Amino acid sequence: MLDVFTLFLFNIIVYNIPLLYGTTGEIMIEKSGSLNLGVEGTMAIGAVVGYLAGAKTDSLFVACVVSFIASGLVGLLFSFLTVTLQANQNVTGLTITTFGVAFYYFIGNALSNSASGWPKLSGTRLDVQSQAFEIPLLSKIPFFGKALFSHGILVYLGVIIAILMWLYFKKTVPGLKLRAIGENPGAADSLGVNVALYKYTHIIIGSGIMGLGGLYMGLNMGGTFEGSNCWINGYGWISIALVIFANWSPAKALLGTLVFGFFNTLRVQNAALAYTFPDTLGWLTKIPSHFFSALPFIITLIVLITSSLSSKNKSGEPQAIGRNYYREDR
Amino acid sequence: MEYAIELKGITKSFGPVAANKNINLSLAKGEILALLGENGSGKTTLMNMLSGIYMPDSGSIFIDGKKVEINSPEDSGKLGIGMVHQHFKLVERFTALENIRIGIRNEGRFLHGADVRKKIEDTAAKFGFDIDLDKVVANMAVSEKQTLEILKVLCYGAKIIILDEPTAVLTVQEIERLFAVLRKMKEEGHSIIIITHKLNEVMAISDRVAVLRHGEYIDTVVTKETNEKTLTELMVGRKIELNIERPVMDKTHPLLEIRDLTVKNDEGAIAVDHINFYIRGGEMLGVAGIAGSGQKELCEAIAGLRKIEEGQMIHEGESIVGMSPKKILEHGISMSFIPEDRLGMGLAPSMSITDNMILKNYNESKGIFVDRKTARIEAQKVIDRLEVVTPSTETPVRRLSGGNVQKVLLGREIKSGPNVLITAYPVRGLDINSSYTIYNILNEQKKKGVGILFVGEDLDVMLALCDKIMVICHGRLQGVVNSDHTTKEDIGLMMTGTVNIVNKEGKTDGIAKDSAITDEEGKA
Repeated sequence: MLDVFTLFLFNIIVYNIPLLYGTTGEIMIEKSGSLNLGVEGTMAIGAVVGYLAGAKTDSLFVACVVSFIASGLVGLLFSFLTVTLQANQNVTGLTITTFGVAFYYFIGNALSNSASGWPKLSGTRLDVQSQAFEIPLLSKIPFFGKALFSHGILVYLGVIIAILMWLYFKKTVPGLKLRAIGENPGAADSLGVNVALYKYTHIIIGSGIMGLGGLYMGLNMGGTFEGSNCWINGYGWISIALVIFANWSPAKALLGTLVFGFFNTLRVQNAALAYTFPDTLGWLTKIPSHFFSALPFIITLIVLITSSLSSKNKSGEPQAIGRNYYREDR
Repeated sequence: MEYAIELKGITKSFGPVAANKNINLSLAKGEILALLGENGSGKTTLMNMLSGIYMPDSGSIFIDGKKVEINSPEDSGKLGIGMVHQHFKLVERFTALENIRIGIRNEGRFLHGADVRKKIEDTAAKFGFDIDLDKVVANMAVSEKQTLEILKVLCYGAKIIILDEPTAVLTVQEIERLFAVLRKMKEEGHSIIIITHKLNEVMAISDRVAVLRHGEYIDTVVTKETNEKTLTELMVGRKIELNIERPVMDKTHPLLEIRDLTVKNDEGAIAVDHINFYIRGGEMLGVAGIAGSGQKELCEAIAGLRKIEEGQMIHEGESIVGMSPKKILEHGISMSFIPEDRLGMGLAPSMSITDNMILKNYNESKGIFVDRKTARIEAQKVIDRLEVVTPSTETPVRRLSGGNVQKVLLGREIKSGPNVLITAYPVRGLDINSSYTIYNILNEQKKKGVGILFVGEDLDVMLALCDKIMVICHGRLQGVVNSDHTTKEDIGLMMTGTVNIVNKEGKTDGIAKDSAITDEEGKA
């Protein structure tokens, strides 16, 4: 019985860490005052490019670096369009999503139909490197140990990124300047902060972080390309909603990931739960599986509605979000 | 004399509009220079070139005798220039300390490290500021925010400090305190430029006064050797002879009476403060005042677009308070407001003249379809009558020249046959000929017995065109004068708040003798 809960918690983390990557990446971008709706596309590009590079070199490290750079380049494109050319952020973000997902299918289909075929993950060194390993001692803690401390390296990296970002915003001067830009770019500019440079840097880094999340999803799905289903599978969109749920705090993004992850995991685990506790949870089997599939998105919808109703829940929202900054605007 | 700043031949244009034309200005070391001029005379634009927000199209800037290029606010800060903007450049969510911390250089990358707080507290103590560094800006009163802005530039080691209308938002006591700080700063060797259009303050605080008018440099005078009257003349200019017709009509009973009207602006501050006035049929009442004195809020209140806090608005014996804009329109009150960007209010720029006509009376067409045919005929009528130059009735409004856009707007407003016409800045940005066409249109309406409220900028025009002129300053009525018995200088003094004639000889200005509002109602 305990095993079911441990497995449930374990699965929450395994399946939903990409949300943490997407959310923290988006938080970094939104804190600079830019709204990037291209999370889905950025993750898709980071996933496919990173995976192929990793498969080629058979190294997880290379996969991560290339994934970060590839999606960072997507961030560079977004920055160039919205910061330098002052393009509309919403349209640019949507374009990037469309482009990124299409890029994923294009590369995937082309490779799958080629003579060499789509590179397989199973049995490679890349597969071994991305496998879960148990942290000595910590993983021996009863109940929680197995669930929290026996994961792949990318799971821990995601958590570390979230914590570092939280410290960066809270404790450092560049973090303060970044938040000032998101709140009132005019004020930051008048104090000599290079607004364009800060926006470029943080949009690129934020996009890179999203890319790692995409790579993780690819590896977690065994690296198999299916012509009909994108690895990212809407997680990019949920990440954007999670930013609001987390009130723009990387620390709360951790919590948000777990809450969303709970409903997400229910989709996979509801049958197991019902089987283990026929008396109390047996009714779960009566609910159609489609409902569980839709649940994360329904929750997203509810979060967006409730947080829009109350202004208190949006206290972390950067005031200048979505608006391009042009110094000579009057 | 040694100069902290010298500006030579500075010119700056925004599109076709020249905001600064060939300006020369100098600031001596350790002096307080007042920069005087009406709104729109280019003061803020000029100062923004010193703070690195704008770059001059031509001309040169000298700091301490050395020619410099200021390409960004960072450059400006490095040269020791600090500007306190009229609209504070503060991050509302941050504390005072965090706001100051953003701009402090060379103190490491970690917050609260080093003794940043100590340094700020020392500076505050030196100039006698009383400020709570941990207070969040959003919770601060306006005067606290201003103190923070000044402390900020002092902490960054600015030697030249520019204050853009610092007194506009302060009470009398707070202004006294501010002036004490400025004098203290002067003692410490700082050079200060203060932008204002309140003459009494200029006289009180400055050593010299530089005057701008319509983007041009007029003169710099030593404060001790001048007086308020001379300064007003410099500011508004000498009377220009204009050949504008002013037909005299038989005046009817008051059509629109406004009593004790109080309106708040978007920020929640009082914009119109207990104003009384009335308009008779066949009369044109001018509204004079420095820009932002409550003109916009007044117009919006009458048109029903803005909630009023207090007071009464009676149109032909019926109160229009709380009526919807559409109801007010049907009542016969029509408004045309030309904002600074001209197209903002009233017309949809990308739509054709015909479509813009429909916008106002869409509800007159029967059924669910728009009656385009009638609208097109009406558009053609307006084009013919007001001589609008346009290829066709279907040309998008934004393709027309400014004068023609304003004719379309005015034409649409008078088409519905109002008996009170409110028009704000109808000749804004127009050349002489187009302006005269607009004056003629207004005079024609006046001859028909329409009461007109004319909110204007140019005093010469208002003196020639309007029968009476109501002067407001910071939302308060300064008096109503007859155009034939007043001078531009008198109005200028009233606009700057120096003179107030509302309660002269026991009679209150702005209340009609044959008012439809009884005394009891007036008091209520």
